[in-house]
Order: sequence, then structure tokens, then C-alpha cells
Amino acid sequence: MQRLRLLAISFLALFGLAIAGQPVRAADETIKIGYIDPFSGAFASGGDASLKMFQFILDYINAKGGALGKKFELVTFDDKLQPAEALIAFKSVTDQNLPFVMSCVGSNVGSALIDAVNKHNSRNPDNRILQINCGQLATELTNEQCSFWHFRFVGSVEMRAVARIKSLPQSVKSVYLLNQDYLFGQSIEKDTKRFLAQYRPDIKIVADEFIPLMQVKDFAPYISKIKASGAQSLLTGNYGPDLNLLIKAGVDAGLDIRYDTYLAHVIGAATAIGSNGEGRLTSVMEDHENIPEEEHNAEAEEFFKKWRATHDFAFIALPSVTQFEMLVRAINKAGSTDAVKVADALEGMEQKDLFGVTNIMRKEDHQLLHPYYEAVFTKNVKNDVEKTGLGWKTEYKTTVADETLPTTCKMKRPSS
Amino acid sequence: MQIGLISLLDGLVYGMLLFMLASGLTLILSMMGVLNFAHASIYMLGAYFAYQISTWIGFWPALVIAPLLCGAIGAAIEVWGLRRVHHNGHIAELLFTFGLVFIIGRAVQMVWGMLPMPYRVPTSLDFPLFSIYGENFPAYRGFMLLISGGMLFTTWLLLKKTRIGLIIQAALTHPSMVSALGHDVPRVFTLVFAGGSLLAGLAGVIAGNYFTTESSMADAMGPIVFVVVIFGGLGSLAGCFIASILMGMVQTFSVVADWSFADLISPFGITLGANDLLGEILTIPVSRIGPLVPYALLILILLFRPRGLMGTRET
Amino acid sequence: MSDAAVRALPSRRPVSVAVRLWPWIVALLIAVVLPWLFYDWQHGRHSGFMISVFSQMGMMIIFALSFNMLMGQAGLLSFCHSVLFGLAGYSTVHFLNAAGAGELPVPMELIPLLAGLSGFGFAVVFGYMATKQRSTAFAMITLGIVQLVTTAATMFHSFFGGEGGVKTDRVIGNSLLGREYGQAIEVYYLIVGWMMIAAIGMYFHAMTPLGRMANACRDNHERAQFVGYDPRMVRFLQFALSGFYAGIGGGLFAITYEIVTFDAVAAPLAANALLMAYIGGATTFFGPVLGAILITLLQSGVSLMSNSWLVYVGVLFIAMVTFAPTGLTGIVLEHAPIARAGLLRRLTLPYLRIAVPGLIVLFGFVGVVELLSFLTIGMAQGKRLALFGVALDIFSPLSWLVAFACLLGGGLWLSIEARYFKRVWDGLIEASRSR
Repeated sequence: MQRLRLLAISFLALFGLAIAGQPVRAADETIKIGYIDPFSGAFASGGDASLKMFQFILDYINAKGGALGKKFELVTFDDKLQPAEALIAFKSVTDQNLPFVMSCVGSNVGSALIDAVNKHNSRNPDNRILQINCGQLATELTNEQCSFWHFRFVGSVEMRAVARIKSLPQSVKSVYLLNQDYLFGQSIEKDTKRFLAQYRPDIKIVADEFIPLMQVKDFAPYISKIKASGAQSLLTGNYGPDLNLLIKAGVDAGLDIRYDTYLAHVIGAATAIGSNGEGRLTSVMEDHENIPEEEHNAEAEEFFKKWRATHDFAFIALPSVTQFEMLVRAINKAGSTDAVKVADALEGMEQKDLFGVTNIMRKEDHQLLHPYYEAVFTKNVKNDVEKTGLGWKTEYKTTVADETLPTTCKMKRPSS
Repeated sequence: MQIGLISLLDGLVYGMLLFMLASGLTLILSMMGVLNFAHASIYMLGAYFAYQISTWIGFWPALVIAPLLCGAIGAAIEVWGLRRVHHNGHIAELLFTFGLVFIIGRAVQMVWGMLPMPYRVPTSLDFPLFSIYGENFPAYRGFMLLISGGMLFTTWLLLKKTRIGLIIQAALTHPSMVSALGHDVPRVFTLVFAGGSLLAGLAGVIAGNYFTTESSMADAMGPIVFVVVIFGGLGSLAGCFIASILMGMVQTFSVVADWSFADLISPFGITLGANDLLGEILTIPVSRIGPLVPYALLILILLFRPRGLMGTRET
Repeated sequence: MSDAAVRALPSRRPVSVAVRLWPWIVALLIAVVLPWLFYDWQHGRHSGFMISVFSQMGMMIIFALSFNMLMGQAGLLSFCHSVLFGLAGYSTVHFLNAAGAGELPVPMELIPLLAGLSGFGFAVVFGYMATKQRSTAFAMITLGIVQLVTTAATMFHSFFGGEGGVKTDRVIGNSLLGREYGQAIEVYYLIVGWMMIAAIGMYFHAMTPLGRMANACRDNHERAQFVGYDPRMVRFLQFALSGFYAGIGGGLFAITYEIVTFDAVAAPLAANALLMAYIGGATTFFGPVLGAILITLLQSGVSLMSNSWLVYVGVLFIAMVTFAPTGLTGIVLEHAPIARAGLLRRLTLPYLRIAVPGLIVLFGFVGVVELLSFLTIGMAQGKRLALFGVALDIFSPLSWLVAFACLLGGGLWLSIEARYFKRVWDGLIEASRSR
């Protein structure tokens, strides 16, 4: 009797759970985008910064009317930078019938999502979804792993590498390569060497070193090695503590070298490096806050002014603005958020970015082609970064033609 | 030669820093048997407190106040937390400190945000002390050596020359006997935990502006400190000291070692390709796997000498 | 740790030889029916998210049970259990790729068995080193192992695929039951099947002489030596077998997600196992099952609702270790003498009396944490704060007042009720003893 009662109660409880568990139908007043990134744990700062930039961009886009008369809305999911968690979050996205899934941090997550989206779209042709890549840079994602459903709205590692190598001054004749020992860092090393051989065969690579990811606390021994090598420039794709500690150690030891980085403009680096980097630190970036003044672009100036009024870190997501402008046009052209129609409208689209440069969403591999700006970290600029008193000043910029690189993508297109 | 001397100095500085962190932990572990995972979190708190206080008052007051705050927090954790959990066993204590790690981590993110803090070396110490072969040795490193050396000396003095130190030493190896002799062992425990936390906080104050102060600091330092403590052996501060310096040197010198196992056997005419897992392992240079060497050393020493280097107690 | 070793892990009562079948059948039924409770009738399909959560639960149940073979039964705190899980996962990806290419004629249903065998193999290798020692030294060796393997997994490409991991397609076209396993629900039932097999295996293992000797070595290894068994051998075999079952879990992980990365071998996953086993109750066999279900819900469910979920996990730990060191099942078992004396009904009112202030405290605590988190982090991210479906305005003092009042007031009330509860409880224990 006891046992029966227990069973009855448990089944009632399960039933109640089931009712509560029915998926909520997505409201039709907004266009929802499932946004999967790390929002807790050690990598939370990446997702946090991206989210703030996207909220700002969406306010800007929604103020102009959105698409099909509807505003955009982000539905966030925390993946803690783990592919398995991202895949579980993706299931929630598809359960809610969201038309887009977006992710910025972690190429390993991006790669897992591409596979998941492909499998989902082939197994569920009535609930297809498009994947927006807003920051996962590994070159493979639009080459070997390219997919019709995947659109990358930020330049790949190799595009960045082109800008990095081309912007090295002619006076630099020897470089020391230092990178993090994982997919991204190895990708940077490969592309750096490739383009050095192609564009600057006069430069000698005195060393090619890898460090374990996020493990090294004390960079002093590395600095000794670098000094002993006599290189003029330290070319590194490091980011986070691996970059900040490296530069700090170098400056402390009085190392007279250029720090030519790929990612020193990412959030947090300026604060950590501070005046140590003055005059010697360079990076290649999609935008920085002094470009409007350099190019006398009033509208862009307004945009950044508004950002700086409410945020104390730099806005570096210019391609994401272009991303939403393109999405608006594609959705309007397609007349709906149907994945195939929007994808057809998106590929091959040309759009002027905030600085007036025409970006192209290439049809063959769904890679956005945009220019890069190589800048030096220095004083006497209008807008400083993270209240350090120093900011970026452009030294070199690439064109879209420079960034148009061959692709190995063999895209499979859906028949319907 | 040049690299050797510089690496020696750098290894010494890093080793002393490790020792500051590890000494507190070894006292706690030896005496109370608690695997205190929150130790690195208190180190992180020390750095954040020091940053905050130095923006309000200055670096030198922060040097004194922040460690005291950490010591107070340690005492609070012991009195209101660990003491209640003590009778539930060691795994319970371990999980308790685990829970603290999560809470402190999130609290730090909430109070100070997720970005690194601009906690800088004070300008009075920001100059090169001397230079070896053209490479500067910053004064702040000398300061770090001074503080950690001074702290080592003070701890030694405290433990060997005072009465409470005598009791602590005894309780390190025979806690139940000390209790039977009538000493207030719980109060000794609290004192040791607070002392260990103070040391961790001090390490944070000094290292926070030399490395970076951010919310992932604790995860970065945590594992290596455990390695040092166990390698040195329970119940022995001297062992802890030797282990810290050893690990510091190993990590520093391994960076400059560019050879791999394959290089060792290549004179015999055997070449190895990196096409399979075994090949990859054998051709990877030591400099790439430097930070992993301490873990390998730990495993080795535990296999053959479970007491650690100079441990006085079996675990 | 010498005299604390006796207190360290409470002894487990031996499992009664008369095995009761009905809990197993009920569990199987629930597992089979569960996905259908969340079927989306509007769209005519299963809830992909819920099936993912249930699949994750199934894998974690196997993982936690195998971990408890070491911690609860043998007294071995292992930080490298995830290594056995993850390495088996990596192996399974390679097996699946080989099977898909026609080189490995093994049907899908038996792939987890292969995974288990590879887990066993890895456990033999690592266990040979680790089990040379016991207690803290053992734990530290496993800590070293997990750090080594994790970083190796990001560096080497041929087996681990570097930081990107290794991928596979689970549609290998070879099945004993003729199924494709393309749909998530089919994989879910595969997991349920292997979960039952693994659980039954581990349950009976606990009753074998090896299982019993593991208990003995946990409680008093010197005495076990005197009895004539080599504790080292016992530890080693127990470790190897726990690796077998962990391997099964790892294989199912690879099949479900079709990708394995280094976080399948990393320390946080091993910590998860510790959490699940401890919170569920390391002293009973089913404790880890309960713990696995609860923790999976917390991580996959709560983390989607709140970014402060780590705080809740931390507080849960602390609450559990302070008030309920024997875990959830331990709490349930403490009611056994009262239930036997037929006095269980007398506890309903006291439970209700603590449930009410308990819920209020919980509500207040969640409110305070979420308000603080929103104030410092969420607001700048442009989110809106909504708690249990009610939108909150952090600038109105009312929200703060309500949250703090619930927390503090509820806490005070709870402590009063707790004292009353303790009185009733003690009285009932006394009464049950006299009956």
C-alpha cells in the first residue's frame, strides 16, 4: 500500500514535470538568435565582452528598424567553452526552432557546431538552422570543414596572417616566432611561415617556438632565449596571460625588440601591458577607435563616441556590425528566416562597412572578406584603450583584394 | 653560460614565490590533513585586496593590510567552516574547500569584474637593479626575493625559537599526543590555518603586480603548489623549501632545453618520425613540455618514496 | 591522517544477499518512459534538449558508479578517473572511424564493450603506477597523472587530434538490431541498455570476494594484510575494473557527441565524479546514481538559467559536507530505524514545518545571488532580470528588501524549526529503539 502510494506520487510528479517541460513556442515578434559562448568559469570574460558588444550592435540595428519589421533578440546559452556542452545547448536552440545559432569563442566549439548543424539539417529538413561564426578563426572552418549552413563574418587566421606579414616594416630582417601549442597557435605558426616565405623572403626566422597553453607563469627564461637570438621582432599569436606576461617580462628585462602580435588588441591586454608596450607593441585588428578620426568619418566617430560613453573597453567587433547589416538585407530579400532562402541571399553579398569599405561575403566558402588595420600602441592618440592613456594608431592597412586568398572549400549545396 | 646564470636567478625568484605559497599549504596539510584547494583562491584574494588597497592608500600599506585580511579570512574559514566539518572526515573537508573555490571565484568576478586588474609594480621599485650580459634584472624581483627570504626566516624563527612554534612543530607530527598533553589543539589549528592563509595572501600581494591579477589566477597556480608540497614531503618545511627551489629551477631551465628524446638517440643513427603517437612523444623537445616536468617528477617520487623528499610522516 | 583514517570514510553496510528485483525493474521502466514525457506533441518530435540531458545523465551514472568503486568501496580518492573515461572515449572515436571505413567488423551495440576493454587496458597501465601507494600518496599520483594526460591531449595530434579533438560519425551501418543510430533517441536507448548492464555488473562485483576485500582494505589495510591478502593487489584489481566500467561510459560519450576533446580527460570531469558520488552518498551503492542525476540537472539545466550556477554548486557542496556527509542516500537511510518502527508518519508535520522556511531561505538566497550578479555583471551585458518568470527591477529597493528579508527572516525561522525537528527526531529514534 505504501509502495503503491509512493509510485503514484512519483508518477504524478513526473507528469507535472512533463507538462512543465513542453517547449515554449518561440514568440513571433522578434527574430531570435541562439548565442552560445562561455559565460561562466575561466573564459567568462570572452563571452561577457562579446555579449556587451552585440547588445550595443543590436540596439544600433534595431533602432534602424531591424528586418521585416521585427527586431533582433539574442537568446544566450553558456557552453563553458566545452564542445559537449555547446552541443547540448545547440539541442535547446533547435528545440525552440530558432532560425540562427551564433558562436564567437573557441574554434573547437565552432568545429563541433559545424558538424552538429550539418547533421541536424540533413536529419531535420523542416527545421533547418543557419550557423553564424562571429569569432572562431581557425582557417579550416572555411576550407576543409566548409559548409553551406556556416557563414563566417570575421577574417580567418590566414587572412590575419597576410596583414601581419605585409605590415612588417622593411627594416625588420629577423623574427622570433613564439606561439601557443594548440590548434589555433599551430595554425598561426603555419600561416606565418607560409606568408613570410611568400611576401618577405628576406626575413630570417631565427627560432620557431611553442609554449604549452596557459601554463607558463614565468617568461623570463624565454626572454633570455629571445635576447640571445638577436631577433628584431617577436612575432607571436599569443593572447591572454600568455601574451601579457610575455610582454611584461620582456620590458622588465630591458629587451629592445618589437612585439608584433596578432591579438594584443583583445580585451584585457592593454590593461595588463600598460605603458610597457608604448611604441613597440603592434597588432593586426579589424578596427580600432581612432580610425574614424584618421579617415574623417563622422558617422563612425558618433558610433564609437556612444560606445565609449557607456563602456570602458575597446570596441573591436566591426565585422559584427557588417554581419547584422548583411543579415537584415538577406532576411528582407528572402522574405522570411528560412535557412536556404537566407543563405542564398547572403552568399555573394557586398556591403559597405562602418568605415565605408566594401566587404564581400564570398560565395565559394561563406567567408567574409574585409580589410585589416595594423596599428601601434602609443600615446598622443585621441581615444585611449581601457583608460591606460595609450591607444592604437594605424600604421598599415590591407585591402579586400589583399585578403582574398584561395580556398580549398568544396561546398556541398542542398538540393532543395 | 649567460643563459645559465640568468636562468639560475630567475629560477630562484620563481622558486621562492612557490615556496611562499607552498609553505602555508604544507603546514595546513601536515597538521590538519586538509587538502586545502582554496589556498590558491586566497592567494588570488591577496592580489585583489592589494590592488584595491593600493588604489585607495598605496602599495606599502597594502603590503601589510592585505595579508592580514587574508589571515583573518583563513581564521574565519577554519572556525566557522572546517571545524564543523572536521569530524566528517578528510573528503568532507576537501569538498568544503572545493566549494569555497567556486564561491570565491564567482565573488571575485562579481566584485571586480572579469578583466585583469591594472595592478602595477610601484614606481619606487620599477627600475633595473643590475644587468647581466646586457639583460636587466628588475629591482622588483630583488624585492620579491627579499620578502620571501625574510618571510622564510621569520617563519623559521617562529617555529624553532618560540613556545607556540614548539607546539606547532609537535602538532605537525603528533597532533593527538599534543592534545593529550593539554594544549588547545583546535586553537593551534586555527592559528596555523590563519598563518598559512596570511602567507598565501602575501604571495598574492607580491606576485599579483608582477604577473597579472585576474580571476583565473587561482587555477593557474593551484596544481603546481600541490606538487611542491607533496614532493617536499609532509611535515617538513625544509623539504618544501628544497622542492620549491627545485621545481622553480626545473621549470626555468627546461625552457632553454631544446633537445628531445629523439636527439639523444640520433647519434646512434636512429631517426624517428612524428607520424604516430609514440613518434610524437619521442620527438617533442623538452622546452615544449617544460611545465609538465614537475608532474612527472611528482609521480616518480611518489612511486619510490611516498613520504616525499623529506617527509617525516607517512600520509 | 593516521587516526583520522578510521573516521575518514564511514563503513558501508554489506549489501544484503537477498537481492530485491523490483527497484531495478522500476528504474528501467522509468528510464524507458522518460523521453516520452517530454515529447513535443505540437511538432511531432522528441525534445532534443531533454534527450541530451537524459543521455548525459545515463553516461554520468555509469561514470559516477565506477568512481564509487574506488572512493566509496575501496577508499581510494582518485583524481584521474576522467583519464580512464576520456581515453576510452578517444579510442572509441578511432574504433568508430575504423568501423565506418569497414576495417572493424564490430556492431554498434558491442562498441561500448570495446570501449570498456580499452578503459581496462589504460587502467592497468596507470593503475600499476598509482596503486603502488595508498591514501594521500595515491591521490597525489592521480593528480599528477590527470595533469600530464590533459596537456598531452592538447599537444599530440595523431591520437588526440590536438586541441580540436577527434571526430567521428556514428552511423557505421553495422548493428545487431538493424538500427542506424542516427537519431538521438536510439542512442539514448543504447545508453539505457548499457547503463543497466554496467550497474548490474558493478552491483554484483561489490558482493564478490574482491569487492569485499576492497571494503576491508578501505577500513583497515593492516588487518587485511594480516588476514592474508595483498592490499596492493586488491587496489590494483579494483582500479583496473573501475577503469573497465568508466571506459563503457567513455565509449557512450563518444557515440553520443561524435567528438571527443581534451576536456573529457581533464580534472574538472574527475572532480564532477567526486561530487556526484559524494553528494548522492558514497556509502550506498545507489548514492552515486542519485548524485549523477542531480549534478547533471544542475550543470545542464541550471547553468542555462543562471550564470552564477557555480555559486550554487559551491554552496551545495558546503551544505552537504556540513550537514549531510553521508550524502542524500545517507539521509534517506537514516530514516530506516524509524520506518521499521512504523513511526515515519510522525515526521510529516516536522518536515512540512522545515520545508516552508527552507523554501523561503532558498528563494531569498537565489534572489540575493541573482540580484548581486545582475548588478555587477548581467546589467552591463544588457540582460533583463527575471526570476521564476517574474521580471525584477534591481533599482527598486523592494526587490532587494524582499530577497534579504526572505534570506534572513527565513533563516531565523528555519533555525527555530530545525531545533524543533531535532527534538522530534531524537524522540523518534529513542522510541524506535525501544520497540
